[in-house]
Amino acid sequence: MKKDFMIYAVVLALTLLFYFVIPKPIIFSTAVSYIIIVLIAVVLLFILIRTIQGKVYERRIVFLFVGIAVVLPFFMSLQQKIELSPEVKALYDAVMELKPGSKVLVSLDYDPPSAPELQPMAESFFELCFKRDLKVIIMGLWPQGPQQAELAIQKISKSPDIQALNLQYGRDYVNLGFQTGNEFVIQRMGGSFKSMFQTDYYGTPYDSLELVKNISNFSNIDFSFNLSAGYPGTIEWVQIGVDRFGVKLGAGNTAVQAPQVYPYIRSGQLVGLLGGLNGAAEFEKVTGVLGKGTKFMVSQSFAHVIVIAFIIIGNAAYFLGERKGRK
Amino acid sequence: MRREIPMIITAVVGFVFLIQYFIPHYPFSQLNNWFSDWFSIIGACAIWLGALNLMKISFDKVYRKGRDWGYSIVIIVSFILIVVIGFTGGESFRDFGTKFDWLYQWIYTPLSATMFALLAFFVASASYRAFRARNLEATLLLIAAFFVMIGRVPVGDAIAGIIHLPEVIYPSKVASWIMNYINGAGQRAIMIGIALGIVSTSLRIILGIERAHLGGE
Repeated sequence: MKKDFMIYAVVLALTLLFYFVIPKPIIFSTAVSYIIIVLIAVVLLFILIRTIQGKVYERRIVFLFVGIAVVLPFFMSLQQKIELSPEVKALYDAVMELKPGSKVLVSLDYDPPSAPELQPMAESFFELCFKRDLKVIIMGLWPQGPQQAELAIQKISKSPDIQALNLQYGRDYVNLGFQTGNEFVIQRMGGSFKSMFQTDYYGTPYDSLELVKNISNFSNIDFSFNLSAGYPGTIEWVQIGVDRFGVKLGAGNTAVQAPQVYPYIRSGQLVGLLGGLNGAAEFEKVTGVLGKGTKFMVSQSFAHVIVIAFIIIGNAAYFLGERKGRK
Repeated sequence: MRREIPMIITAVVGFVFLIQYFIPHYPFSQLNNWFSDWFSIIGACAIWLGALNLMKISFDKVYRKGRDWGYSIVIIVSFILIVVIGFTGGESFRDFGTKFDWLYQWIYTPLSATMFALLAFFVASASYRAFRARNLEATLLLIAAFFVMIGRVPVGDAIAGIIHLPEVIYPSKVASWIMNYINGAGQRAIMIGIALGIVSTSLRIILGIERAHLGGE
């Protein structure tokens, strides 16, 4: 354990050193970025050749390459062409069809571990809603969800476009906060929102909030959007909110969870879906506000290519080992 | 009575929830609201119970100097720190610029994200060591994984464009088809299976046949 703490201390010291020694972010030019990519490809080719020759690489090499693939793109100036998928376009169209003044319920059912994927979705969704003059009601079935919403709104509030809208809490948006009870919260909201949220995130009584005082249940909501990283999340919203109370629902999910909710798109229970970081980047593209989703996609592209490369290398080692075994 | 009372509560609440789905009127609607509120109250108490249990386990570990007890000290200190800062911060303890907010934004969030990010390394390592085309099923899985992985990032279509592949077999199109049809069909089968399992297990619990949750056999 002493060794572990020593490593943590060294990492912390290095981080502080970099923080103070390199005050400005380093960005490689496009040419340097491509040279780095070619170098990485050459090293991977070398590993493949060495594997074919019989050398087996240990997993630390894989860790090293994944680390490089994730970190290096932050310093690169590369642009990727992001294509719009039908699920993302459907969600965007559904929001665009809403009339100004429509009420949108947004449930943020995730916590910081999933924030790199879901926070860019929250930011771009809120920004789109505010620009379209949609009234946003925020809640969370996860304790940290409403706090993530506050962070998202704080961030987009710095944008001149949003500042020009002169948003007012209570009139343009409300944060009802977290309520424990998982899917039972959705069920109770079907009867009465106020029964689950007597006060908002800041302790203001429900009836004192201009935006929600006349909202009794889902029948007063025009559209719902759920950002989910697991249970409770999109599946519960579909099963209770959509199937029982007829909520019109769109969702944003982590890449791990997205495959589970695909059947709900085909069945029409979900209007649209943002799946993982790719979904976030696509939504940023369609809304025209490029943020972290687009930026992080370069790292994701690199990481995927590296994993595929190592799967090929691993299979090369496996088949060569099999052949040698037979001989 | 230690077993009978929880069994009666389970049966009554279970039947009420079942009936109110089909008859959403008084008195079932009222009972449903009561029971849902109880669930929320029990859930809130469970959060406290979980937190106190974590403290008890951590203190025990430090007291006995169990394996990796140093990490338990980190848990205790972090817990006490965030609780004290939260309680002393008043009603606006979560507002921007407060100490609680600082801890949340600059300690809790990056550490949590780091833990989740480790998944990338383990997935890559596991894929390298175990994702082999050993038989037909594994090969099909491998091909599907290849298309979904490369199709879910823009670089897939970029490569397809460079080597002039027909647009219909661009990785993003293939990945979308796999996710919507093959994955969709599989997920539906799993969902239906799980739903049937939940129905049968729920009925067993409501009727008192299944008693494992009470500590019985």
